[in-house]
Amino acid sequence: MISFFLKRLLLLIPVFLAVSVVIFMIVHLVPGDPIDNLVQINSSPEQKAALAARYGLDKPLYQQYAIWLGKALTGDLGDAIILRRPVSDLIAQNLPHSLSLGALALLFSTVVGIAAGVLAAIYKDSWIDRVTMTLILLGSTVPSFWLGLLLIMLFAVQLGWFPVSGARSWDALILPVLTIGLGGVALVARVTRVAMMETARKDFVMMLHAKGVPPWQIELRHVLRHALLPVVTILSLRIGWILGGAVTVEFVFARPGLGSLLITSLNQRDYPVVQGALLMLAIAVMLGTLLGDIVQAAMDPRVRERIK
Amino acid sequence: MAALDPIKTAVRSPRGGLSAAVLVLVVACALFAPWIAPYAYDIQNLPGSNAEPSRTHWMGTDEFGRDLMSRIIYGARTSLSVAITAISISVVSGLTLGAMAGYFGGWFDRAVTAVVDLTWSFPEILIALILIAIIGPGVESVMVAISIAYLAQFTRLTRAQIMALKNETYVEATANLGAGHFHIIFRHLLPNALTPVIVAGMLATGDAIILEATLGFFGLGAQPPTPSWGAMMSSGTAQIFIAPWIIIFPGLAIAATVISINLFGDALIEALDIRNRLRSV
Amino acid sequence: MALLSVQDISVSIGVLSPLESVTFEIDKGEILGLVGESGSGKSLTAMCVMGLLPRIGGTITKGAIVFDGRDLTRLPELELRRLRGKRIALISQNPMTSLDPIIRIGAQIDQVSTLHLGLSAEAAKARSLELIAQLRIPEPAAIHRAYPHQLSGGMKQRIVIAMALAADPDLIVADEPTTALDVTIQAQIIQIMAELVRDRGLALMLITHDMGVVAQACDRVVVLYAGRVAEMNVIGEIFAAPKHPYTRELIRCIPRLGQEPGSLKGIPGVVPSIVDYPEGCRFNPRCSDAQALCRERKPALERKSTGLAACHFSEA
Repeated sequence: MISFFLKRLLLLIPVFLAVSVVIFMIVHLVPGDPIDNLVQINSSPEQKAALAARYGLDKPLYQQYAIWLGKALTGDLGDAIILRRPVSDLIAQNLPHSLSLGALALLFSTVVGIAAGVLAAIYKDSWIDRVTMTLILLGSTVPSFWLGLLLIMLFAVQLGWFPVSGARSWDALILPVLTIGLGGVALVARVTRVAMMETARKDFVMMLHAKGVPPWQIELRHVLRHALLPVVTILSLRIGWILGGAVTVEFVFARPGLGSLLITSLNQRDYPVVQGALLMLAIAVMLGTLLGDIVQAAMDPRVRERIK
Repeated sequence: MAALDPIKTAVRSPRGGLSAAVLVLVVACALFAPWIAPYAYDIQNLPGSNAEPSRTHWMGTDEFGRDLMSRIIYGARTSLSVAITAISISVVSGLTLGAMAGYFGGWFDRAVTAVVDLTWSFPEILIALILIAIIGPGVESVMVAISIAYLAQFTRLTRAQIMALKNETYVEATANLGAGHFHIIFRHLLPNALTPVIVAGMLATGDAIILEATLGFFGLGAQPPTPSWGAMMSSGTAQIFIAPWIIIFPGLAIAATVISINLFGDALIEALDIRNRLRSV
Repeated sequence: MALLSVQDISVSIGVLSPLESVTFEIDKGEILGLVGESGSGKSLTAMCVMGLLPRIGGTITKGAIVFDGRDLTRLPELELRRLRGKRIALISQNPMTSLDPIIRIGAQIDQVSTLHLGLSAEAAKARSLELIAQLRIPEPAAIHRAYPHQLSGGMKQRIVIAMALAADPDLIVADEPTTALDVTIQAQIIQIMAELVRDRGLALMLITHDMGVVAQACDRVVVLYAGRVAEMNVIGEIFAAPKHPYTRELIRCIPRLGQEPGSLKGIPGVVPSIVDYPEGCRFNPRCSDAQALCRERKPALERKSTGLAACHFSEA
């Protein structure tokens, strides 16, 4: 298992390098002199020269990348143009908010999605199934920022149950989690439902009935375990999708977080912050995928075999 | 024409018919906005701002007193043109890349697969944001961003179809008869791989409308005064306490359009019986 | 009294009636062969006996299945479940797919004895190890820890047999247990099962389409054709003097040593489709001796000189 983990981790290195190249290139691909993209508009020539020296901007591109990556890996992501603070400070400030939101949304999507999918599959064509199917359709078609706004209007503005925005108290998390959650629940429930129904048709399930195993035990111990395999696969592939939802939802709820930071800095063309936030989000997506792979290997002996 | 038969079958099913009707309505709004819309989209009337829905303004007015319904009807233009253009570019590029990768294999395939797999695990919104960071905000940027964000999906799907078709005997036979690579790809493989990719493209158009609206909501899409569903809601957030309709109606327009695209796509998948081919990815 | 007595059962699935008036008995210590081409209703009969028919959407519309004095068609599902795996066990057609691929072999065998015999985990494991060893599988402990994909097809089928034996059943229903296996393994598996029946005195209902397997193992044979019993007799009589033309054709189709190459021919025609069974005797379109009567009237299953057959023209 440990060797599996290390192998997966090694496989992520080229992915990380590729992504970091793209993010590094942002400053160079944007029209204009890269240095103008990294400093305030009214900087003096001396300030520009100091920055150029710091990032080796007179050196060839690949050397600049190496310098940038080296600094980034040691936590130096440059200084924010607008806020005039180290980008790493801004990230340290915002990351915990995104992590708690992302983790809670993932947990909510997984638990509720699996429960809904299982019930819909067991009680196929009943009202539970129909409600779940409607939820799945809505969850995959309603824009999450609109859903967020609707929830704010209903529960925060009209009913006053939760704060409209911000992250000052724990209950400010509930509406954002629900907003991301509906899409996540829809995704997980859809995959679970189909996987449950497909597994139920397999020969070994009939064999379990022939062994006299009680049906609830078959559904929960055997069928569900199998149905969870594609769920984990989808979750590990689309974990970024839930994080992407966090980007949108943070902005809607004016919550601090990497997503808000990214959107704000994009609008302000604060490129060092854009780069830092994107890098962190990319790392989060990659670690999420890694987590999914590990859970998958822990659950399915055939996957472990394939990796060896 | 035989190619229209599945569409007819899809329209005849209850959800297919209803969703087709909604889609026709939305497309008509986009095409004939100047004739359908009761007001011009940019006429401001500050004394009548944030007016609630009434007989003169069925969906109310926004913070500048502009008629919301007219802006939503014009907004269909922006949303549909951006989404359809972007997805068309994406589908054509995906078909080409996927077909070449699947057919030729080798290093080209490995390179394409590596890039596709790389982008696959990143959410479309993140890819679009990276691209907009590079090319800057605006309608064209959003189009480019969306078309690149969805490229992986179509490339992957086409490649899988081509790989499955490549080994079939009739293709081998054609190759043995001395047909050239491009003849085989364009005359024999792609036509057979086309249907699932086009249906996937149709479904992705729904996602692209959401993505366009989201980027518009972030202020990164169409710039004012061009009406776009996402941007309208973004300006509505400031009026959330006094004029919730500015947020409700554009959102309803998006939801109705996207739900209809999904339902119609689903009916089409059923009519064409290609669910398994779409899932093979 | 017979251990299992299937009495005149008919089955319907939706609008179809794939089984019609099927009757046979199995005694303790006996191997009954259930033969027929695919589509004859063999597997369906197994589902009936296992009480699993509702799982595939079927219902028994007529008749009784009496097992050890109780009519299974009238038992509530809970009672049936207590019989399944404990007193009536199934060995399925495809060992490749009948084991849960993500659960260790051992746990899958243990499950049966913990469930039905109330054994503790250790006792169940000890029992499973013993069974694995009895089935002549080397290194029982390693196999107990293995996952299904690590075993060959023949090994897996032995595991399925072990699973069937785990709760000491009285009756084993084996549905084409060797079809998915290599020819060399087939004979081994059949031999193992035959020995089990002799040693433990249990009853075996062996479903197969292979008359060779029947000749190797069975005491008595029921021949099914298109959902009806065509003939039933003891093994010696079936091969020596088949009463039904279909049985004759089946026997003719067994490959023999020293046969002229290319001289082996199948039964002409095809099994009729369930949606369009012929009138009268269902075998009449393929029967070389068919007369007008065969096309008009359904032959009853009648007592002949030995055994039973459903043919208008077989000798008494």
